[in-house]
Amino acid sequence: MSLPRHLRADHRAIASRVPEGVRVLDVGCGDGALLALLKSEKQVDARGLELSSELAGVALARGLPVVQGDADTDLEVFPDAGFDVAILSKTIQSMRRPARVLQELGRIAPQVIVSFRNYGYWRRRLSLLANGRMPGSRIWHDENVLHPATLRDIVDLCDTLRLDVVASADIHNGRVGEFRQANIAVLNWTADEVILHLEQK
Amino acid sequence: MTDPARISVDDAQHLVLPNPLRLDSGSSLENVLIAYETYGALNAEKSNAVLICHALTGDQYAASENAVTGRPAWWPRMIGPGKPIDTDRYYVISTNVLGGCMGTTGPASLAPDGAPWGTRFPVITIADMVRAQRAFIAALGLESIFAVAGGSMGGMQALEWAIQAPDQVFCSLPIATAARQSAQNIGFYEVGRQAIMADPEWLDGAYLAAGTKPERGLSIARMAAHITYVSEEALKQKFDRGLQDREATSFSFDADFQIESYLRYQGRSFVDRFDANSYLYVTRAMDYFDLETAYGGVLAEPFRHSPVRFCLFSFSSDWHYPPAESRTLTRALMAAGVEVSHIEIETDKGHDAFLLEEPVFESALRGFLEAAAEKRGLK
Repeated sequence: MSLPRHLRADHRAIASRVPEGVRVLDVGCGDGALLALLKSEKQVDARGLELSSELAGVALARGLPVVQGDADTDLEVFPDAGFDVAILSKTIQSMRRPARVLQELGRIAPQVIVSFRNYGYWRRRLSLLANGRMPGSRIWHDENVLHPATLRDIVDLCDTLRLDVVASADIHNGRVGEFRQANIAVLNWTADEVILHLEQK
Repeated sequence: MTDPARISVDDAQHLVLPNPLRLDSGSSLENVLIAYETYGALNAEKSNAVLICHALTGDQYAASENAVTGRPAWWPRMIGPGKPIDTDRYYVISTNVLGGCMGTTGPASLAPDGAPWGTRFPVITIADMVRAQRAFIAALGLESIFAVAGGSMGGMQALEWAIQAPDQVFCSLPIATAARQSAQNIGFYEVGRQAIMADPEWLDGAYLAAGTKPERGLSIARMAAHITYVSEEALKQKFDRGLQDREATSFSFDADFQIESYLRYQGRSFVDRFDANSYLYVTRAMDYFDLETAYGGVLAEPFRHSPVRFCLFSFSSDWHYPPAESRTLTRALMAAGVEVSHIEIETDKGHDAFLLEEPVFESALRGFLEAAAEKRGLK
């Protein structure tokens, strides 16, 4: 289906924002696909945090150092500024304490890259307006998304955590747009999914 | 078998360390005998050696039947042809620890005066055990080892190896262990030691010369310790409050409950294969293990920029060495700038899980070793 290709496009876009040879922490690294890409293309010092021990085991077999743990509680194992870039791909809305997680990422690395589904996207707004139901692939109480935040919600949070949006890119049907200094209010209407490149102020 | 230092006793392999072994206590031991087993073949580059460190009551028979007791291997799931620690690929070495009682020099060995050491044997530490292993590895003609792996006390040795010889170990796998023995664990082992020493047959440690054994004390020590190796959940599933061969409680102190009968059996069978003084010494070595205090209160210190790649495993229901201990270690290793992985395996099998069937543990360990072997350039 389109999902694996979609993921790869997401990964490639994130990889384009990561400088060569830096230290990268991928929070929720899954089987380590993104880290493996970063390692082979950018020669980064790659580390991962993954909740599932099965997936962490797969990442280990790729030669990636992985700590099995929960981003909501276990980010404390990573030292202050221990990394150059911290990545949180598609999971911020599933965190119990997203503000705390973002704050921790800012502590761990001066640069943070997050990707997420934008609940401010016009189709979702329309869907809620027309149907009176929260948009999502499944029914609301089954959905893994605990915090269906919009792009503006998340940018507001970044602001309070003193994280600047350096660049952003939108994703539609697995295709990633250019990274640029976009108008957040506009992007909040037009973007299905977003990748934000953040930097500590 | 051309090496003159190598002698054969009971089909077991032994090697006498060429130099005296200096101990943390300040004393030293001469002619230390190391009993060991090997599996697989050493490659031409001598780069594929994997050292297996055993736990408190383990021995060198990690992957083969114990030639002395006839008991099965203790880690057959992990070591062997095609197994995660693949003997078709690695040269696996397993030694009996210093202070042990399966052939390596310990309190049951003969002192220079010809009588058993007993409690005249010097108190040893985990670091001393590793010093003995390092001298042994050197005597085998190896300059380095690819990996060191062990669970529980074996994990302490895996950590200590990385500290003592960071340039001689490519990767370290400390499993179900901790950087320091907890007060709870010291407490449990103290109960065991007191049980041994309270046994009239202990004779202040000189029971071997008297031709007797503090069997009751040692068996109680084993019973107490065994409880810490299994989880409440596992005990509940296996026994709960089930009665042993009876319909009702007997209003006596017989083994009414299955758990009592089980622990009594564990205790009884242990005394045939373990020396009571050895139990005192080896548990003491674990009590003294505290990397944090040993390095000025900073656990990261001894690992600062170590080139050793670590892979830690812990088990969710282990209350002997809980996952939090491995998380503390992981945090310290991260802070030390060391490459570290930590996988916490979800299981209800308790501390002993590392010896039992845990597919995720086995596949993750295999994956880590394979990736490390590739980095090391092993075929």
